[in-house]
Amino acid sequence: MYLTNEEEKALEGEFGEALEKAMRILVAIGDVYGAERLIKISSAHISGVSYKTIGDAGLDFLQDLASLGAKVLVKTTLNPCGMDPIKWRSLGIIDEDFAKKQMKIIESYTRMGVEPTLTCTPYYISNVPKYGEDIAWAESSAVIYANSVIGAKTNREGAPSALAAAIVGKTPMYGYHLEENRIGTEKIIVKMDLEDPADYGALGIYVARMNVKVPYFVLDGKALNLSIYVKYLGAALAAEGSVAMMHIEGFTPEWNKYKHEFSDKIIVEKDDIKEIFEEKSCEDEEDLIALGCPHLSVEELRDLLKYRPKRTTWISIGMDMYKAHRDLVNELERRGYIIAKGTCFVVSPIEKKFKVTATNSGKASKYLPSFCKQCVILRRTKDLLVISDENSC
Amino acid sequence: MKILARPVSRGVGEGPLLISEKPISFLGDVDPKTGIIINKENPLYKKSIANKVLAFPYGVGSTVGSYVIYQLKKNGVAPAAIINENAETIIIVGAIISDIPLVDGVRINSLKGYTYAIVNAYEGWIHVR
Repeated sequence: MYLTNEEEKALEGEFGEALEKAMRILVAIGDVYGAERLIKISSAHISGVSYKTIGDAGLDFLQDLASLGAKVLVKTTLNPCGMDPIKWRSLGIIDEDFAKKQMKIIESYTRMGVEPTLTCTPYYISNVPKYGEDIAWAESSAVIYANSVIGAKTNREGAPSALAAAIVGKTPMYGYHLEENRIGTEKIIVKMDLEDPADYGALGIYVARMNVKVPYFVLDGKALNLSIYVKYLGAALAAEGSVAMMHIEGFTPEWNKYKHEFSDKIIVEKDDIKEIFEEKSCEDEEDLIALGCPHLSVEELRDLLKYRPKRTTWISIGMDMYKAHRDLVNELERRGYIIAKGTCFVVSPIEKKFKVTATNSGKASKYLPSFCKQCVILRRTKDLLVISDENSC
Repeated sequence: MKILARPVSRGVGEGPLLISEKPISFLGDVDPKTGIIINKENPLYKKSIANKVLAFPYGVGSTVGSYVIYQLKKNGVAPAAIINENAETIIIVGAIISDIPLVDGVRINSLKGYTYAIVNAYEGWIHVR
C-alpha cells in the first residue's frame, strides 16, 4: 500500500506508540484487502462497549490504549453499553462489579476523546455523515444505514479497526469505499405490504438467507413509514447475512446511479414472510416486551404515546436522544414504559431476569436466543402494546 | 524446509508447531488465562497454545477475539507466532495489538508432519522441521 511520508513516520513510531499501533492495524488490513492507500474519514463510530460482550479482555486493552495517550482525530461516537448508566440499579439485572467495569470501559473511551453517545443510531443526532463522505463505522445496523440511506461510504468495521481509524483519522481504501462494490447485485421484488417494523425485519431476514450481497429492492406494495422503518430492514439484513449495503428503488440516494440489468431476480410474497414469523414464535408467554433495536427515533417515541404497555416493556434509546428529548422520555416513563437509555436488551444481561422476549425487531429476534438465552417472539408493534385511552399530546 | 509467506504482523518467533485444520474463534475456543483450547470440536482440544507456533486456516467468530489474543499475551500464554492460510481482520488486529508475529499465504496441509517452526514476519518466510 502506498503511504505518504507522514504516514510512514507514524508507522515507524515517530508520533508515539498509540498512533504506531493504530497505523499498523490499518496498513495490515489495507495490505490484506488490496487497498491502494489510506483515505481521510469524516467520522468514526465504535462498537465493543458492553462489558457483557468485550469482558475483561476488552477492558484491559482499552485501558492500556488510553494510558498510552491515544486520542481520536475525528468525530467519534460510541455504541450502546451493557446497562443504563444512570438507572442501572433499578433494572435489577446489573451487579456492582459489572457496573464498575462498565463505567471503566466508557471512561477509557472518553479519555481518548470518544463521545459517550451510547447509541446504535448515531445518525439521528450525534454523528450525521453527508452523502459521499468516507467514514469508518462499526455496528452493522449503522453501517448499512450509512451506506444505503445516507450514501456515506464505510466497510463493516470491527471495534478495534474502527478505533484505529478514528485515531489515525483515515481508513484503507477498499470494499464499500470503491464505487464498483456499491452496485446492486440481486433484484428483490417485494409483492406485499410493509406496515410495521416487524414486517421490514422479517423481510430482511428472509432476503439475507438467500446469500445476497448488495440487494436492490423494488417495493411493489405499501411501505408504511419507509424513511423511519428502513433501519429495521437494514439491521436484519446485516445481522442475518452480513449485508453492508442495499438499494431501494426510488428511495435510497444511489438507487439509479449504476445503470445495469440484474441476472438474479427474487420475488418475495406475503407467505414467505409468514414463515419467518412462524419460526420466531416461542410457545411460552413473554415476560419481557422489548422495543428499540435499533434505537428509536423521536418520531417513534412520539408514536408510543398512542399506546400503553400491557406488561414489562423496555424501550431502548441513545443517551443523545435522552438528553435531547427529556420531557418526552419522562412522559413515556409516567405511562409505564421502562426507558433503557444508553443500552439495549441485546447487549445487557437480561437473561438474569427474563426468559421469553417479544420484540418487533428482526435483528433482536436473531441475536436474543444466542446472546441472551431468550425464547423469542417476533410480533408487530400494535400487538405488543395496547391502545392508550389518554390523549397522545 | 523453508516456505515463503506474506508478513502481516511483524516480528520473529519460534517454537513447537501446533496445527489446526479448523478455523479458530479465539472468543470461546481458547481460555485466555491458560492458553488452552477448550472447544471440544477443535482438533487441538485440551492442548496449550502458549509459546507455540500456531497454524490454522483463518479466524472466525466475534471480533472480541482480537481482545482475547491481547489478554493471552498479557497473561504470558500467547502463541510465539501465528501462521494463517488467509488472515482476516480478527486475527490481524489481535496479532498487531499483541505484538505477535503473523504471516499468511501458507497452506496448512503443507505443514503436516513437521513439529517445529521458525516464523520470520519481517522478511516473510517460515522454516519448519
